[in-house]
Amino acid sequence: MTVSFLQFSSITKKIWMALLGLFLMVFLVVHLGINLCLLRADDGQWFHEAAHFMGTNYVVKIFEVVLFAGFIFHIILGIILQLKNWLSRPVRYRISNRSVTPFLSKYMIYTGGIILIFLIIHFMNFYFIKLGWVKSPVPLLEGGEPDFYQGARWLFEQPFYSILYIVLMAVLAFHLNHAFGAAFQTLGLEHNSYTPWIKGFSTAYSILIPLGFSIIPLYFLIFS
Amino acid sequence: MNLTLKIWRQPHTRAKGKFITYRLDDISPNCSFLEMLDILNEQLIGNDEEPVAFDHDCREGICGMCSLYINGRPHGPDDAITTCQLHMRKFRDGATIVIEPWRAKPFPVIKDLIVDRTAFDRIIQEGGYISVHTGGAPDANSILISKEHADLSMDAAACIGCGACVAACKNASAMLFVSAKVSQFALLPQGKVEANDRVKKMVAMMDELGFGNCTNTYACEAECPKLISRSNIARMNREFICAKVS
Repeated sequence: MTVSFLQFSSITKKIWMALLGLFLMVFLVVHLGINLCLLRADDGQWFHEAAHFMGTNYVVKIFEVVLFAGFIFHIILGIILQLKNWLSRPVRYRISNRSVTPFLSKYMIYTGGIILIFLIIHFMNFYFIKLGWVKSPVPLLEGGEPDFYQGARWLFEQPFYSILYIVLMAVLAFHLNHAFGAAFQTLGLEHNSYTPWIKGFSTAYSILIPLGFSIIPLYFLIFS
Repeated sequence: MNLTLKIWRQPHTRAKGKFITYRLDDISPNCSFLEMLDILNEQLIGNDEEPVAFDHDCREGICGMCSLYINGRPHGPDDAITTCQLHMRKFRDGATIVIEPWRAKPFPVIKDLIVDRTAFDRIIQEGGYISVHTGGAPDANSILISKEHADLSMDAAACIGCGACVAACKNASAMLFVSAKVSQFALLPQGKVEANDRVKKMVAMMDELGFGNCTNTYACEAECPKLISRSNIARMNREFICAKVS
């Protein structure tokens, strides 16, 4: 299984990379929708209900497995592709990359790596608490479930964490900005008529989604 | 013009190469880049030194032989040209020019600035042709081809296989070259018969030879002397998906 996975052609690997990336981008919209519930002045009632639904609904639970698999394969494929890319030029240029290219496109593996570090921190702060692997820094709810509303508040009221979160959202924006258009190119969906629209949507998405996530720590920092 | 040249010198494929610095004075700004290297070589020969080996042939931007990675760009600091079309007026007097061979695992250095681009021939051998019986030329209108497709096919066929796309790509990917060769046939009825096998075999050979993966930076398109479009890469991806699922 592993061998056949590695033996996929370069284009097949990239197609999977693109499809998984687009799937993860859909997930980000759902995640942002739930996170924005944190901003409602109801002491976390909406957020708890949304979190409870996501934690108990069977369809969501199936998607959770697909989502984890999606993340893992997206990361593994990215690493495999990048290793091949590095090996393809064993002797480097003394002066390189003076060609005019989209700036962010050259740093996908690095922005991806930073996002991976953020994911690990994020999991330690939330998902691993749910699994019981990490102790919650705030008291649990009455039913014994972790209180992610208070947990998020506790984190976002710390300036260092909030600023780090916002910086990492900027990195996510850089990653997404190139990723969306590149995914369509990889899938062969390129046309003079609609490619400019894809590029426009990519720019809008890459700004709005990370901006939406960044509003939350800013809100807690300012109003805490 | 007075110039300082830092040129990669490597006696043969397995030898360890290094940059050697040369001073070159009184070069005309109207001199072509290759003529400038000719002048350098005349001086080197006059001093009983080994001349710099570099590829060239037609010297009119058609053959794709001249290569050279000049100050961080394939074919030097101008757009849509080959090195033989580059002139010294593109550099300032007193400039330092770093000249390197194409760098890619499938393009080993043969000597100095000459690389072996046989890898491209091997990709073409996998399907960059159509299988037809030779004989009398068929009537020009016996197979109808739309003007749009004919133009796109001709645009793709303009690729001269120089390897600038590979040299420019941070991943040493050959996707623009392979996609141009796939597209020029995929767009025409005569090429559709073997389209599925062609794209699968050419991509497989591209991978086997050790070229990198496309990460859609489009440096290839920016540096292509024949302005081959990135849309060919998208077309090849479409062709590949169709070939895999059919």
